Amino acid sequence: MRGFALAVSLIGAATLGGCSGGVLDPQGPIAAAQRLILLNSTGIMLAIVIPTIFATLGTAYWFRASNTRARYMPDFGYSGRLELLVWSIPIMTVILVGGVTWISSYDLDPPKPIASTEKPVRVQVVALDWKWLFIYPDHGIAAVNQLTIPVGTPIRFELTSAGVMNSFFVPQLGSQIYTMAGMVTRLYLQADHAGTFRGMSSNYSGAGFSDMVFKVDAVPSDKFAQWVAGTRASGPTLDAQSYAELAKPSQAVTPFTYRAVAPDLFNGILSNVSSVVQSDDPLCLAALPSQRAEK
Amino acid sequence: MNLFGKLSWSVVPFDQPIVMGASGVVILSIVLVLGWVTLKGYVPYLWNEWLTSVDHKRIGVMYIVLGLIMLVRGFADAIMMRGQQAVAAGGAQGYLPPEHYDQIFSAHGTIMIFFVAMPLVIGLMNFAVPLQLGIRDVAFPTLNSVSLWLTASGILLTNISLVVGEFARTGWMAYPPLSELQFSPGVGVDYYLWSLQISGVGTLLTGINFVTTILKTRAPGMSYMRMPVFCWTALASNLMIVAVFPILTATFAMLLLDRYLGFHFFSVDAGGNAMMYVNLFWMWGHPEVYILVLPAFGVYSEVSATFSGKPLFGYRSMVAATMVICILSMMVWLHHFFTMGASASVNAAFGVASMIIGVPTGVKVFNWMFTMYGGRIRFSVPVLWTIGFMVTFVLGGLTGVLLALPPVDWQVHNSLFLVAHFHHVIIPGVVFGAFAGYIYWFPKAFGFTLDESWGRRAFWCWFIGFHLAFMPLYVVGLMGMTRRLQHYDVVSWQPWLLVAVAGAVIIFAGVVCQIMQFVVSIRHREEFRDVTGDPWNGRTLEWSTASPPPAWNFAFLPQVTDRDAFWAQKTLARSKQGQPTQARKYEPIEVPKNTPTGFVNAFFAVVTGFALIWHIWWMVALGALGGFVTFLVFAFREKEEVEIPAETIARFDRTHPVEVAP
Repeated sequence: MRGFALAVSLIGAATLGGCSGGVLDPQGPIAAAQRLILLNSTGIMLAIVIPTIFATLGTAYWFRASNTRARYMPDFGYSGRLELLVWSIPIMTVILVGGVTWISSYDLDPPKPIASTEKPVRVQVVALDWKWLFIYPDHGIAAVNQLTIPVGTPIRFELTSAGVMNSFFVPQLGSQIYTMAGMVTRLYLQADHAGTFRGMSSNYSGAGFSDMVFKVDAVPSDKFAQWVAGTRASGPTLDAQSYAELAKPSQAVTPFTYRAVAPDLFNGILSNVSSVVQSDDPLCLAALPSQRAEK
Repeated sequence: MNLFGKLSWSVVPFDQPIVMGASGVVILSIVLVLGWVTLKGYVPYLWNEWLTSVDHKRIGVMYIVLGLIMLVRGFADAIMMRGQQAVAAGGAQGYLPPEHYDQIFSAHGTIMIFFVAMPLVIGLMNFAVPLQLGIRDVAFPTLNSVSLWLTASGILLTNISLVVGEFARTGWMAYPPLSELQFSPGVGVDYYLWSLQISGVGTLLTGINFVTTILKTRAPGMSYMRMPVFCWTALASNLMIVAVFPILTATFAMLLLDRYLGFHFFSVDAGGNAMMYVNLFWMWGHPEVYILVLPAFGVYSEVSATFSGKPLFGYRSMVAATMVICILSMMVWLHHFFTMGASASVNAAFGVASMIIGVPTGVKVFNWMFTMYGGRIRFSVPVLWTIGFMVTFVLGGLTGVLLALPPVDWQVHNSLFLVAHFHHVIIPGVVFGAFAGYIYWFPKAFGFTLDESWGRRAFWCWFIGFHLAFMPLYVVGLMGMTRRLQHYDVVSWQPWLLVAVAGAVIIFAGVVCQIMQFVVSIRHREEFRDVTGDPWNGRTLEWSTASPPPAWNFAFLPQVTDRDAFWAQKTLARSKQGQPTQARKYEPIEVPKNTPTGFVNAFFAVVTGFALIWHIWWMVALGALGGFVTFLVFAFREKEEVEIPAETIARFDRTHPVEVAP
């Protein structure tokens, strides 16, 4: 009981906090839909759980051994009606929440495009030890630990890892997804409001994991175009050589940008993983990771 | 080639004061205990009566001792983690560098699951199942001892890693590619893998042993539908052990092949697929949760019925719910990684399947409530743990259903919300159950009850401390804090983590109360003595024999005629009061002979495991040979049982009268 009161007050406080910057403070359609599902499902289940907690405590208190008014039924161990009730309450709850699950799993499927009149901006994400590389293939630029996106435009992410597994996650925008070497995962997100959001790796990946955070700048379209132009104007270029330099393990990397990116670098990274094949066995070579990548 | 493989003095972390201090204290206490035991002349007693014992009750007690000792180790890790996260905010780095912090959270998870929860649960099953079934031992007593000592071997190896070398820095799941040689070249992952391989074999043998025992060796008249619910949950748990521990062993074997012989099962290159490991790991890992929690549910069933003075409500429902959970638990593993990018249909199917487990679990909660309904509830300490479990667990279950909802999981996966959730089900579910069982069966094992007031204090400290420690983690999880952070930049998380560390300190006070309870009870044992063998007015057969029970458990195998067998016997005896009881003729009983096989085998298992970790190949051969010779010596022994003369049994029964004469 105590726990329940505490939970409600804590979660309530966090919700009302508003500026928490977490999943209860959504800044895009995906995160907003997910918060709604989270709150609805919690509500549905609390409707069962709260009475159950009270009933448990009430039963235990009333039937205490010292209560002479309570009726002792030493052989009461079965009642068909109660059994029916006992099975149907959780079944009905699960049918309800299960329905929410089924529908929302399709609606919010991470690779499902977000309906919009705007053309999606493509971003290729590479998790490195221990920083994030964001390549804008259509703009020919790239950034490290800094993701700039236009507001109100769906962002189409293609994600992979150069080594160990990480999880790409911007709580205020919605779904996270794993980045895995030799494979591509896909994700659509969108920011509805301008702002700076915290992004991070949400899957432990070794010593530098704690600093594997990045900044998401959601800016209006014109500002985004300015940013692209500005980025193109200065900074280093990202080619095989500078990528090899970047891929070396490093921690708490200060964000910076690349003015140009070698074409097809992302696919290069995907198959690069297999270039360390130390075997001449044709069977090994036949299973190139790029072939295992999702469609 | 170095004679000692990778081993050298430089692997001992002399430069790390925390590690050296902790291991110094541990080594010193081991030396002190061993010295005290030797000086007092207890060594022969320990060796003959405990270490070589194949008596299921003794083995059960030793499992629980192992589990409680490792609880202290795992809890020390927890306090260090909470302490680190409470201070490492903003620019601060805290007092634990990543290479140390990462070992601590990996060790905490590994120890708490494999070396605390498992020994506690298996210990309770060992102690109570044969007594409840009305039999004299498990199906394979020596195998049981081997299981215990293999578990102890795994525990010893994990603890050696504290001083010699390092433990894994991969998290307790040791996901590749991080756990592959390329990214974790040290011995930490090898310690993890070999410790769990060795103890895993022990667990599998336990599973085989108990499935056989429960299916084949029940007392006359005890049909399946007359088995106590704890035995049903033990059956479900052990069926799952037999089904899924081989998966874990095979998965670890593949990772070992990758690390030792350059295979490519889970590597990033050459066609390996790390995601296969993740799937296989959770095909074991999800049922593992129910392997732990089902026997705890069994304890709650026994406790709620006994202390309400009523039969369990809806026995058939409980049995059905248990077996449904047993089967469903093996069909939901994918919900541990909805974030892997599976298709919507896969996610939806596994999400709904996971929620369906909520149905039998919910039924159980309602049935415990109706068990109390119409009862005369004595609020003894086991009941406090049970009610505390019921009101806490339903909320833990609620957050579990949220996590089974893929769109919500994509938001809170791997966050502290998840950490809060699984502690919210494992601590009230498994740990509270283990404590309830420990207090409930303690008088059966030792002949005196445990102190109530210290027990109450322990409960309230744990209950309040638990909520303070884990409720804030839900909040920071929703605020976007992911797990396993050695430090963080968001200072608004810090107040919540300070509350959490306060909760951990209150839990620590609970642990101190439990130690006090133990000490005070031993000092006042004459006051707490139970001479009837039935201190709680029990319903099942373990209460029908003396406390502590003799090596043969029952002088006459009970004839079971009803579900709550002992309750029925007592009722019958009351109705026949005054009538002369029939004198029965005592017969000699054969009990299995004690053997050092398990202990010696474990010694060689430790030697082999240690040698494999450090690549000392000659020692691997020596250890394996030693293990094989131990097996041969055991296989060729001539005397497997000792006969206890009828006179000894009769004398025991005369000096230990029980309520219902046999």
